Parts: sequence; structure tokens; C-alpha cells
Amino acid sequence: MASLITCPHCGQRPKEEYTIKGDAGPKRPAPGAPEREWFDYVYQRDNPRGTLQEFWHHSGGCRRWLVVTRDTVTHEVFSVSDASERAAS
Amino acid sequence: MSSYRLSRGGAIDRSQSLSFTFDGRALTGHPGDTLASALLANGIGLMGRSFKYHRPRGVLTAGAAEPNALVTIGRGGRTEPNTRATMAELYAGMEAVSQNRWPSLDWDIGSLNSLLSPFLGAGFYYKTFMWPGALWEKLYEPFIRRAAGLGKASYEADPDSYEKAWAHCDVLVIGSGAAGLSAALTAARAGAEVIIADEKAAAGGSLLSETSLIGGKPAHEAAQNALAELAAMPNVRILTRTTVFGWFDSQVFGAVERVQKHVALPDPNRPVERLWRIVAKQAVLASGAEERPIVFGGNDRPGVMMAGAVRTYANQYGVTAGRRVALFTTNDSAYAVAADLEKSGVEVAAIIDNRGAVPTSWTGKARVIPGGAVTATAGGKALEGITIASGAGIETLEVDALGMSGGWSPVIHLACHRGGKPVWDAAKSAFLAPAVKGLIVAGGAKGDLTLSEAMLSGAAAGASAAEALGLKAEPATLGAVEGDLSIATPTPLWSVKGFKGKAFVDYQNDVHHKDLTQSVREGYGDVELAKRYTTNGMATDQGKLSNVNAIGILAEARGVTPAEVGTTTFRPFYTPVSFGALAGTGRGKHFQPVRQSPLHGWAKKNGAVFVETGLWYRSSWFPRNGETSWRESVDREVLNTRVNAGLCDVSTLGKIEIYGADAAEFLNRVYVNAFAKLPVGKARYGLMLREDGMIYDDGTTSRLGENHYFMTTTTALAAGVMTHLEFCAQALWPELDVRLASATDQWAQMAIAGPKSRQILQRIVDEDLSDANFPFLGAKTVSLFGGRLEGRLFRISFSGELAYELAVPAGYGEAVADALMEAGKADGIQPYGVEALGVMRIEKGHITHNEINGRVTPGDLGFAKMVSSTKPDFIGKGMLFREGLQDPKRPRLVGVKPLDPAAGFKTGSHILKKGVQPSLEASAGYVTSSAYSPVLGHTIGLALVVDGPERHGEEVQIYNALRGEFTAGLLCDPVFVDPRNEKLHV
Repeated sequence: MASLITCPHCGQRPKEEYTIKGDAGPKRPAPGAPEREWFDYVYQRDNPRGTLQEFWHHSGGCRRWLVVTRDTVTHEVFSVSDASERAAS
Repeated sequence: MSSYRLSRGGAIDRSQSLSFTFDGRALTGHPGDTLASALLANGIGLMGRSFKYHRPRGVLTAGAAEPNALVTIGRGGRTEPNTRATMAELYAGMEAVSQNRWPSLDWDIGSLNSLLSPFLGAGFYYKTFMWPGALWEKLYEPFIRRAAGLGKASYEADPDSYEKAWAHCDVLVIGSGAAGLSAALTAARAGAEVIIADEKAAAGGSLLSETSLIGGKPAHEAAQNALAELAAMPNVRILTRTTVFGWFDSQVFGAVERVQKHVALPDPNRPVERLWRIVAKQAVLASGAEERPIVFGGNDRPGVMMAGAVRTYANQYGVTAGRRVALFTTNDSAYAVAADLEKSGVEVAAIIDNRGAVPTSWTGKARVIPGGAVTATAGGKALEGITIASGAGIETLEVDALGMSGGWSPVIHLACHRGGKPVWDAAKSAFLAPAVKGLIVAGGAKGDLTLSEAMLSGAAAGASAAEALGLKAEPATLGAVEGDLSIATPTPLWSVKGFKGKAFVDYQNDVHHKDLTQSVREGYGDVELAKRYTTNGMATDQGKLSNVNAIGILAEARGVTPAEVGTTTFRPFYTPVSFGALAGTGRGKHFQPVRQSPLHGWAKKNGAVFVETGLWYRSSWFPRNGETSWRESVDREVLNTRVNAGLCDVSTLGKIEIYGADAAEFLNRVYVNAFAKLPVGKARYGLMLREDGMIYDDGTTSRLGENHYFMTTTTALAAGVMTHLEFCAQALWPELDVRLASATDQWAQMAIAGPKSRQILQRIVDEDLSDANFPFLGAKTVSLFGGRLEGRLFRISFSGELAYELAVPAGYGEAVADALMEAGKADGIQPYGVEALGVMRIEKGHITHNEINGRVTPGDLGFAKMVSSTKPDFIGKGMLFREGLQDPKRPRLVGVKPLDPAAGFKTGSHILKKGVQPSLEASAGYVTSSAYSPVLGHTIGLALVVDGPERHGEEVQIYNALRGEFTAGLLCDPVFVDPRNEKLHV
């Protein structure tokens, strides 16, 4: 029915403005990394009960990619940040 | 006398009459009535037939929990089935009909089901119709569906409108009774932004039926005063006729406001219902308590109802439930009902109090029978008498109405919507809400049942909510209560011992006592299993009246406590919400918008036949006089383009502007081929992969400036590619200086193709278009019409002809297309649609998403050499060189044509070796695209075939498994027309 996500650029907006890509945990391997690492990055995903970091796209807003940290059981949102900050860290 | 209307009292306007019909019978009521109160006033107690046994049923409640009195209201597109008569406000001209009966409510053939009841007990769906299985579809299921039912929906479209709205507040107060009003007053006076919502037409909750004095005034007057104060405050919004139906994450509450459900003809400029999403920092749940029915024989006979409902009908609607009323209770609340009835001049025959020790404070006329229980009822379609068992023996009493009160269940649904489980409180004999964050439960919903307790707990909740927001609050109530009832903790009576006949637990689904005990005996005693085995609590009322009694009966049968049985899960919606409200304005064309190209008008006046592709309407072909089939038009369009020139709308292609110092590097990483050295003024075909190594999309990208590129994508993936590029730029490589903007809708883009395209285009383009000055793959901004307009010109070709794509700002599209048609008239220019475009691209062996089906690699389509071997990284590189993706036995692109030019074949057909029988193993691949080529005069196709490129010239079978057809064919080069691309470079 509803969830509100606080976009760091636009403020609190309803979830209908966003598109979810999924688990933001896996980091893209370096070019030339072994096939095993690429396999894990492309195919392997955890489905945890509890805290999960996800990529959300503010597709109906500022069109920034965000990292939303939320609880998959309670849907409580702990933090939202711009995806570029995560890549830099 | 048929009227049960009292001569005075109640919030109805006796000076006005409203006429309405029930099952075609003309009746009258008053403003302030519900359909249920008006029917009762007219002496109509029989309002429906039960779900399974078709038993006659009357109204049980005066509110949202009503399981029996479900009717269909309205006609045509406004028909609304399964409406609770207790919630339907009466209006002049209302047409209501009863449900689940044939031929009439009075004489219903379905009631014969009662005779079948031995076969319709718990689990009958699983047991009775087990064998033979073949009869299910044809006999059993249609029979069950016809016999067991609710109202029928209309097939006509709903003529009314609905809307959705957001609201934000500090404190949402759900319910406007004693607790809700106290909470709202407290929070609002402290300065909080308050929304108070109530499901009824008038706010006030149970205070509207209350006769105690509050602050020296009748309770309903005290409520009016509080509401007047709230209404005058700028920080308060009162929403009546508004049911808060769910609590969702992020403190969002769903509510539906019935804006115009109480009028005969809604104002077309306003919605009939409004779906609210209310974001509340704090919420107070003051939803009250639901009176529990008592499980005894014949407790469903019309005339038996909740004691509280008897009181509400008398005090709020001025209607008596009967002329001689009895009350059956396990607690004190029935004595207030008796007092009010006697004050209204209604005879109370007896108060049957199940407790041995009855209150000594009763001073009314009615006889009190201590330690008594009703074991059976008498009568047909109306109650005529009751049988009472007590220490004094068995006696019968002639009464026409019986009010029952088995105690009170707090209405805690909303508090449990986010996963919290109710907690059994043995002292209060009730399930209470769990402790939850952001929602404070108060009043009856918390088990604080007396008026004083409810107001104090409401005020405390309002103060806590305000203080949580940093406001200073003084708890406020409506005043001191005189004549407050002390509601002693009732000992639960889950069912009457020694009852006669059927004792119903779930009225709406016809679940009776024996079904539940049988369910325990047969191993389905778990609360979740019993629910499904008996269907208890599964009707549209979701067991509001039945669930707690069912838990008690299961507990008794299993010899455990209600706490050990536990509850089933509470989920939204609290009460049914119409599809109209959930859809809101998203209906018809508003559900799925239509996207029209900037050249739509041009295509339309040229006679285009449109095809829907996603949201787009694309011009498919342009029939001319005398053409009788689409093929005729398409063949002409293809031949004319290849001989003269054609104009095609390609505006729907995705267009993305790419800027930045690192734009070249960025493109290098998203395409498989090299883009770093693309010169300014040039276009290049590019292939994009997914990270798994499969092709994602293709298109051209042109370098318009040192740091400015213009990308086109396929129509289908315009949005997908944009999202993908944004992900790459923001999440993968934020260090790159690159900026993206979608420009799909900003440009009208047209392909001008054919040998005469240059000379036509030159008439509107100011720059020299000679091959030397603007060669194949040229891309630049050009001046048009002597400097009056700028456009972007690309010398690219999907048709294989000498061709250009011209992009102009969207608003100029139609005028420029018109000008080109005019300029090319003498040269025979004609519009062509996406069908002809498709034929020409197959003739040239160009791929689309028919080939890029998500399972092909660049190598599969003959692009192996395009994949850069020197780039350190691009999307998909990590996985592209997996063994399976480099397997030489993967199906690869090849052309296919029929051996006999007169024969045809269809896309999707399989390619089989000559002479083999069709089988999964024998299939060497399949046809991905096919068309009739008017240039060659026969069908041509593209196919993905094992060893395809090595098998040019091999005779094969083209097998259509759907039709069992074999066509002899020949594998060949996928480029059928101008294989040396001579036409491109003229």
C-alpha cells in the first residue's frame, strides 16, 4: 500500500516513484578478475531475513541511484544514500 | 400496526420522509436512518439468506461488523452487491434487494440445503465431492457456486469517478467515540496537526447511543460540543464516512472516504469515494470494542441481535427491535440496554444473566433470571419465543426480540496489521493489542470499557502522542460521567451447555458449534487449520464477531486456554474496499497512457494504420486507394522505397544525450566495440551487453561535439537503456565525468530512404549533402529551410538504401515531414510504416529484438569481430568468454528461404535436417524473423541454427509444429539484398 523513502536529493517520497534493482551488496569485480568472482557478482544473491542494502532508482524523481538500507521483515528503512557515495567508499 | 418506530428519541429527522424500495416493496424512512434501521422500523426483520444453508437471517449489529444483512444497492453500473445494510445511509430513491435467495426472500428453494446439512459440515469441500474426480468441473463446482453465494456484480461500467489523495499529520485519531474525542482534544489543544477519522456518517461513536450524562449533559450533546471545538480549530481535520482500513509501513494509514455513497445521484464533479494515504507521525487507535455474540441454539433467528445494537437502534435511530424484548448477557452492559428500552416504553420480558451473582443495582421492571441461559429459540422467519434453562428449571418465554451480550472484544485489527500478534488477557477475557511503535491504543480498543476509563485512556494517549512530538499536552476529557456503568470482568461463556439445534459461531459463513468441535476431533484443531477446515472467519466480515468465540470453543474442545490457541493473522483490509477506490483515476486511458509520436498527425493525415507497441502508437502501413490487404500496401511501400524514396517515422527510438569529459570512456565501457576514437561528426553502430555476456540492446551513437554524444536505442528498451546507463554512471563509475539526459520525446525523427533521398533532402537542407561532403555514417547539426530551423542529420540506414535520419525539435516534426513529402512529390516519395521497415531490415539481414532475445551473444549474430579485444573493461566482458558462450555449437544467425518460391513459412518454425523426423533433439534451430520479400518475390527468413554460417546452400526442412507443415528450404547468407552494400555508399 505504501512506503515512504527519503531521497537524499528530493526528500520523503512514496515508493511508487522508485524502482528497485535488488541487493546492493555484491561489488563489481575488477576487470580481469577470475570467472568465479564474476559468477558470484552476476548470479549469487542472499535473501536475508533482516537488514538488507538495496539499489533503488528514483526513476520518477531525480533519477539518481540510491542505496536503501532496510529491514526485509518490518520494512523499516534505516538509511538512504546516493549510490555514488557507496562506490567511492 | 407495523411500525416499530419509537415516538421520540434518536438522531433522525421525523419531519421528513425518504421513500425507498426493498425487493421492490415501497417503504419510507427518515434522514439519519441506515437501511437497516429503516427496515426494522417498517417491521422487516428478514433481510437475507445465509451463505450455505439459506437460513432466514435478520440484522445482527448496527455497525461495520454486520455479517447477515448484506444487500445489493443501486442499479445498472452503480449496482453494489454485499453492502452492509447497517452501514448504508438511507437516501430518497434507494433501491435495495436481498441476496442469495430464489425465487424470493420469503420462499427460498436453497433453504432445502438445510436438509442436506449432514453433508455440508466441516471439511465438506474436501470430503463430500471427492469422487469421481471428473464430476468436479461439470457438476459439483457449478452446483456449489450457484448454491453458496453473495450478491452479483454488474457487468456494466461504473459511471462514477474515484480519486486518491495523500494527507500528512502529526496525530491521526482513528475513531471518534469517548476515547477518540478525548485524544483528539488533548493533541489538538497542544498544537498538533490532527486528523480524526470515523467510519460512520456522524462522529461520536458509542456516545451517540449513550444515555449517561457527561459534564451534566447527555453524552451525545457532550460529543457534539467536543466536535464543534475540534471543527473550529485550524489544525484539525475531521473525516467522517471514512474507514481507516490498514496500517502500513512508514506510518502510512490507508483510509477510504465515502464522499457520495449516501446520495441517489452523485455530483459528477466529485468522486464517490476517495482513497486516502495518511502519513501520521503518531496515531491513536480508538476503534472501540465489538460485542460478542453468544453461541446457543437458533441464535441466528431474525430478531436475535447484539444487545448493544438493540440499544443503538433505540437511542440513535428511534427504532425498537421488538415489542417484547429479552436480553441474554454475561456482563453488566445489558442492564443499560434494558433501562433505555423501558424508558422508551418497550417491554423487557426478562434479563437472562448467565452469572450466578447478578448486580443488585437493577431497579427496572424487567425480571432478572440469574444463572440462566437461552438454549433454543422458536419461530420461523421471525423470533417468536425462547427456551431458558436456569437453576429454576426450563421455561419458555414469548418474545419477538432477543439482545445478547457475551462480553466485549477490543477492535485491535489495525494494531496487528504490521505483524504484531494479539495477546490474551485472562483478567479481561479478551485479546489485546500488542505493544507497537507509533500507534497508541486507547479506550474500548484497549479494553477500557467504561466511559470514564475510555475518556481517561484517550486523553492519556493524546498526551503521549503530542509529547512524542515535543509538544506540551494537558490530558482533556469531555467531562465527569454520571451513571457510568461498572463493567465487571465477564467470565467467558464460549457456548451454552445443552443448546438445541444449530448454534452459530460464524454467521456469514454458516459455521456452527459442531463444525468446530468436529474439526478438533478430526485433527484440525489448530487455529489456522480450523479456520480453513470450517471456513470460520473467512467471509467478507473476516470473523469480526466470530473469531474470538471460535477460539474459545477450540480451546474448550482441546482443553487448553485461548492464549494457547492463539489467533489467525490480521491483515488489511479492515472492511471491504471497492475496486473503484483502489483503482482511483487509473481507469481506461488513464490506466495506460497513449504515447503518440510527434509525427502522429502527419501519419494520420497520410492514412496510417496504427499498431500499439508498448504505450506507443506506431504507423504500421499506409493503405492507398484500391489496396485490399496490408500485404499489398507493404509490398508497394518497400518497392517504392527501393526504387524512389520513402519517409518513415522513427521518433519512437530511444534517444539519449550524453555529455562530459569522460563521455567517450563511458561509451567505451557500455558498448562491446570501441568508441574512444569515434571522430566528431560521425555515427557508429554499437552493441551493448548485459553483465552475463548476452546482448542487451543495439543502436547508433553519434559524436556531435568533443564532449557531446547522441545515442539511439531500440523503441522497446528506450527506458531500460537509460536506466542502465544511469546505473553505470552513478553506481559503478561515479568517478567518470558524464551526464545523461533522455531526449526521446524532444525530437521528431524521420528516416528518408531510397535512391532519391539525397536529392529530396537537399531541397530543405542548406548544407551540401554530396557523398564527398557528407559520407556514409556522417552525423551533424544542419541548417534547414534557409536557416529557419536547425536539425540533426545522420547518414545511417536500416533499410540498406542510401538513407538519412533527420531529427528536428518535436514541435516542428509534422511541418518538416509535410515539407519533405512536398519536396519529394515529383520523385515519388511515399510514407512507409514499421511493417515495410521490418521487411527491408530482414532483406538486409539486420537484427532486432526478434534476434536479440536475451539468449544470444555477439558471436551468435556474427558480431564476434566487433567485440574489442583491447579494451580492459566493458559491461559483459567478464562473462562473455565463458566456455558455454564461446561454444562453436551454439545456434548462429543464418538466412533461410523456401526451395519453391511459391511456398512460405512462418516465424517460429524449426529447422530440421533433410529427411529427419521432428523431435527436440533433431531441431537445429528456429526461424527468428520472416517476411515476404517483394524484391525477391518469395518468403525470406532469419534463423538461429547450429553451424548456420557453415551450412549456406544446405537443403533443410522448415517445420511448423503448430500446423504440422513441412516446407523444403535452403540455408543461405542472411543478407538477401545488396550483399556488398553498394547502395549505401553512393
